Amino acid sequence: MPNEVLLRLEAVSKRFPGGVVGLDAMDLEVAPGEFLSLLGPSGCGKTTSLRVTAGFETPTSGRIFLDGRDITALRPFDRPVNTVFQDYALFPHMNVAENVGFGLSLRKVPAAAQRKQVATALDMVGLGEKISARVAELSGGQRQRVALARAIVCKPRILLLDEPLSALDAHLREHMQMELKRLQSSLGMTFVMVTHDQTEALSISNRIVVMNKGRIEQVASPALLYDRPATKFVAGFIGTMNLLEARLVGRDGATLRYMSGDLPLELSADQNEVSADGRAHTIGVRPEDLVATPSAGLATVPAKIESVVFHGRTLRMHAQLISGAPVIIDASRQAAETAFDIGDIVHVRQRPGANSVVLKA
Amino acid sequence: MSTVANRPDTGGSWLGAYVVAYLVFLYLPVALIPLFSFNDSIQAAFPLQGFTLGWYGTLTGNSALSGALLSSLMVGLAAAAGATLCGITIAYMEIYGRSPLAWAISAISRLPFLIPGVIVGISLLILVNLSGLGPSRLAIVLGHVLVALPTTVLVMRGRFASIPRSMAEAALDLGASDWLTFRRVMLPLSLPAIGSAFMLAFLTSFDEFIVAFFLAGTEPTLPLYIWSQLRFPKSLPTVMALGTVILTVSIVIAGLAELLRRRGLSQTTSRPLSAGSFT
Repeated sequence: MPNEVLLRLEAVSKRFPGGVVGLDAMDLEVAPGEFLSLLGPSGCGKTTSLRVTAGFETPTSGRIFLDGRDITALRPFDRPVNTVFQDYALFPHMNVAENVGFGLSLRKVPAAAQRKQVATALDMVGLGEKISARVAELSGGQRQRVALARAIVCKPRILLLDEPLSALDAHLREHMQMELKRLQSSLGMTFVMVTHDQTEALSISNRIVVMNKGRIEQVASPALLYDRPATKFVAGFIGTMNLLEARLVGRDGATLRYMSGDLPLELSADQNEVSADGRAHTIGVRPEDLVATPSAGLATVPAKIESVVFHGRTLRMHAQLISGAPVIIDASRQAAETAFDIGDIVHVRQRPGANSVVLKA
Repeated sequence: MSTVANRPDTGGSWLGAYVVAYLVFLYLPVALIPLFSFNDSIQAAFPLQGFTLGWYGTLTGNSALSGALLSSLMVGLAAAAGATLCGITIAYMEIYGRSPLAWAISAISRLPFLIPGVIVGISLLILVNLSGLGPSRLAIVLGHVLVALPTTVLVMRGRFASIPRSMAEAALDLGASDWLTFRRVMLPLSLPAIGSAFMLAFLTSFDEFIVAFFLAGTEPTLPLYIWSQLRFPKSLPTVMALGTVILTVSIVIAGLAELLRRRGLSQTTSRPLSAGSFT
């Protein structure tokens, strides 16, 4: 939890007509200056939480605070918050300068100051030379930049970005991710971005809020989210994770010993809650934390390879353990290329020092 | 229909014949009027007697005719202005107000399509008499606003609905009040449609007969004048010439209106992105 709170959502719920639940008692705190991403599949409530913050939707219940002030009842034009829309929503009847200056003109900023701020904002997004272009003349990436400039020129307390990069092609998207990150840190502005792209969220956010069915599954830094996913949903959503049912069988100092069928798994005790109740737990094991060898050894279980997929530096193997559980194993290519074929029986064990976790349902 | 169209070998020619027959049925009667307006005979009958522009000459210097034309223009412009203003307001409230009341008002405003003109005419006559206004140009204007309202509401509704919702939200987000959002974003974006609605409303009023028939005082509109002339067989060719002029002007205005409407639509739909899907 951040010490200083800029934005706070307090038990915010949103039910749409027809009973669709957009948000289910969501609590969230955003710290000043951070780049926060709301991540989840479509319908998880990430965009609804953005729209509730911007004031486009009124929460069914709950309250929203900005700088400690209750803004729940304020209309969008009374909130010091600006939005970059997924479709950019540039005004087609205005040129670039008029679009960017729109917010300033409403704030009765003198014309000279307006021109200066518009030029500065456009320079910031690298679009200074397009200041008098018509919107129709701009490419998708340029429209994106104009939308950004139009929002930041108003100096919002929080910039809300609704899937800002989803309409760009892959190459441009990666470039714009870095641009966004650079812009955010040079402005020192708080960015809250909605995305369904986990790679995007992982690469540019300080913190990520993983959402599912109108609820928050986990809030954590990208590294923590990857290493220590709290729930099965997060584990499945961030990267690839093998979910293995296992029982706690013992404890060795700082190491918890689990058995998933005949496959022994070791987990670090200080980061996983111990519950030796004998019930099955779900253990998350990354594909790179499983090792396949041609011959049986200590602590290995046999598995049958079902597919081998080229993955750049690694080969990704889909295999079935003797217990019937499907697993995904990443093997380095030098080790694996000659050795493994579809239908082969390999022997699987957990990599020593692996970072496996107990997952909540 | 579609199964016929899907068989180009035999179906294509049948469909073509059907379309031609349909067009002849629709437009042959209308085409007869210009034809006879150039015919050098007092009777609207075949065979044609010879080409003349003489009937068009009789249109000038006719004070009753020019009075009726002026009356129609005034009524048309006033009614179109009224109907367009109401249409903009009603359609905007329905699309952006999102209240059941706005929806109900919009639905009711589109109802005159379904009410027979005679009924509208009689009820309006009763109303203007009860209110003390009496049959007059103003009464016709009010009646024509009612008659043209469905058209303007439909045109404006189509326009407002085609503007992505994010457009209004962006304006609100950047600090524009509801009024400024309307005036600086939504209104400019729908100007072509407003022009289109105004022209269609004007045409509706200009060509309208029944309501004007009931509500006209001492100043008839053009259709009423034409109607009154039909009692005199010798003025029939003049009426034909007048009809041809009206027809031509109507087609031009309707064409312009459609052109404007399409231009307005393409302005937003040609953008590479549609409104975002919100989760």
